[in-house]
Amino acid sequence: MNYFFTDEEQMIIETSREIAQKKIKPVREHYDAEGIFPWDMVKEMANAGLCGLYIPEEYGGMSPKGSKGIMQLVLATEEMSKVCGGIALSNAASALGTFPILLGATEAQKKKYLPDVASGKKLAAFGLTEAGAGSDAGAMRTTAVKKGNKYILNGTKQWITNGFEAETYTVFAMTDKSKGARGCSCFIVEKGTPGFTFGKKENKMGIRASATTELIFQDCEVPEENLVGGKEGTGFIIAVGTLNHSRPGVAAQALGIAAGALDESLAYARQREQFGQKISGFQAVQHMLAIMAVEVEAARSLVYAVSRSVDAGATDFAKDSAFCKYYASEVAMKVTTNAVQIFGGYGYMKEYPVEKMMRDAKITQIYEGTSQIQLNEIAAKLIKESAQKKK
Amino acid sequence: MDIVVCVKQVPDTTDIKVDPETGTLKRETAGTTMNPFDMYAVEEGLRLKEKLGGKVTVVTMGPPMAKEMLKIAIAMGVDEAVLLSDRALAGSDTWATSYAVAQMCKKLGYNMILFGKQAIDGDTAQVGPSVAEYLDIPCVTWVKKVREVSETEITVERMMEDGVDVVKATLPVALTVVKEINEPRLESLKGKMRAKKYEVPTWSLADVNGDPAMVGLKNSPTRVAKSWSPERKFGKAEMIDGADAAEKADKVFNRVKDLGFIK
Repeated sequence: MNYFFTDEEQMIIETSREIAQKKIKPVREHYDAEGIFPWDMVKEMANAGLCGLYIPEEYGGMSPKGSKGIMQLVLATEEMSKVCGGIALSNAASALGTFPILLGATEAQKKKYLPDVASGKKLAAFGLTEAGAGSDAGAMRTTAVKKGNKYILNGTKQWITNGFEAETYTVFAMTDKSKGARGCSCFIVEKGTPGFTFGKKENKMGIRASATTELIFQDCEVPEENLVGGKEGTGFIIAVGTLNHSRPGVAAQALGIAAGALDESLAYARQREQFGQKISGFQAVQHMLAIMAVEVEAARSLVYAVSRSVDAGATDFAKDSAFCKYYASEVAMKVTTNAVQIFGGYGYMKEYPVEKMMRDAKITQIYEGTSQIQLNEIAAKLIKESAQKKK
Repeated sequence: MDIVVCVKQVPDTTDIKVDPETGTLKRETAGTTMNPFDMYAVEEGLRLKEKLGGKVTVVTMGPPMAKEMLKIAIAMGVDEAVLLSDRALAGSDTWATSYAVAQMCKKLGYNMILFGKQAIDGDTAQVGPSVAEYLDIPCVTWVKKVREVSETEITVERMMEDGVDVVKATLPVALTVVKEINEPRLESLKGKMRAKKYEVPTWSLADVNGDPAMVGLKNSPTRVAKSWSPERKFGKAEMIDGADAAEKADKVFNRVKDLGFIK
């Protein structure tokens, strides 16, 4: 389908595709098998200028004036995820860690932290989830207590993407437990801050090139100027805003994985012979491919539409953001499962890329809000909107 | 360090179709691109600039359409690109081309001039050394590594058939590079965006103080007398079969021996 990309968007697609095909494709199997962080690929993305697509030009990024650059981030993430959803995630997760700064930080904080992320010199990470606070972020136990001109952080964050590899962490902690969600604040914590260490690196089903670790804070002293926005109690609003902005990016990762699996399936079906003919000649396979293609295109249309709407300045887009994250991740799981089916026995083997795509797809239904949480958000909004209409 | 990189536009060999009748290249449908060896020269220029500071300018001589090829270098990150284009230059051989390119280099000013080792269409490998002759500067060909470089001196490794020569030369210097020297970078997004808007300056022969009596077909001492594709000669194919691999191998061995290839 022709989405009438701008020249800039077309260049982002081509640049990302070139990196994906020439650089990422030859090493994806290696990184998946070894589960190590793909720094050389991050460097390729940085050199190509793909790390600051959603960061405004005045902070060294390439987000066009009057836009949030979400569509640009989405296009790059989709292209790279077609080849490897795990390697593509290093950049997308850095965006997740950077949104709290973009959305809530003071000018001084933005000037200090954004340029290095935009240039790809440093990665960022988002520290919200805890062992007991997953979907229920309100159950957070990490605390930040003001002492002089510092905050003392204590607690453990779990399953943090880009953990250990990133330099800049946006960490959520309770500054006043008695206030509930309004007692949550966001801090920028630099790697190397005394009292800030990393726990075990997780051994995951998929996205194995991506690093997932614990962040451990033990009497970690964070200077007060690192309180995002300079105001206590804004953490929860920043976290929700961040997730609303980042979900199209996860959706793009899911979309890319699905589109990559479809490409692989088509190529395989056209060369695999059984019963004396190519399996692409069998209607059973044709219909599978056709349905996969329809679903991928529907996901793409939704992801692009939401991204463009957010970029154009839509204000109340939490539901739209949940729409595209939910749908694209469901499509990714379904399409990659069918891709393995089309490959048959070969699809189950690690020699072929589709089993990895299926493993990588699963996380998109889970992180940054499970599919069920997306549906909760969508339903809550629907009911609220309907109730408002009646009045 | 002011570095001039000289590049050539050549047919894109990844995009070539062969006429099934004659077996020759269909030149008219082939796209054009930068000579692959010149990409390594551009990359080396960028790396030297990153280390030493200064400026990298890419130049070519050719028709106006060569501007698009120069934009590849802009997208890779060079500072400027210049095209020398003039009807008087048409039909220039390597001698005349080298004179014209040397005039460009004189106008630009340089500490170092880089070339690919040869172009993949003409394969002469003459323009680099000839430009150095016209400029009366040292030239080191087949460079596979720059070991050290200062404002006045350079030490490089030359890739020879039987090993490596280590050569020291004074600056300004001309180098022709082999593909072993580096891995050219991909075009960056910022580079592509700059390339899209970049207006390649076009110089005429007069702009580089060139003497019309030195260039063009008329003033080229060499001529291509005739050019043709060699006739395709098909050998006879013989299929050898056997019950199993051992028998097949035996049969092949004996046949090759009968033919006199194994004594």
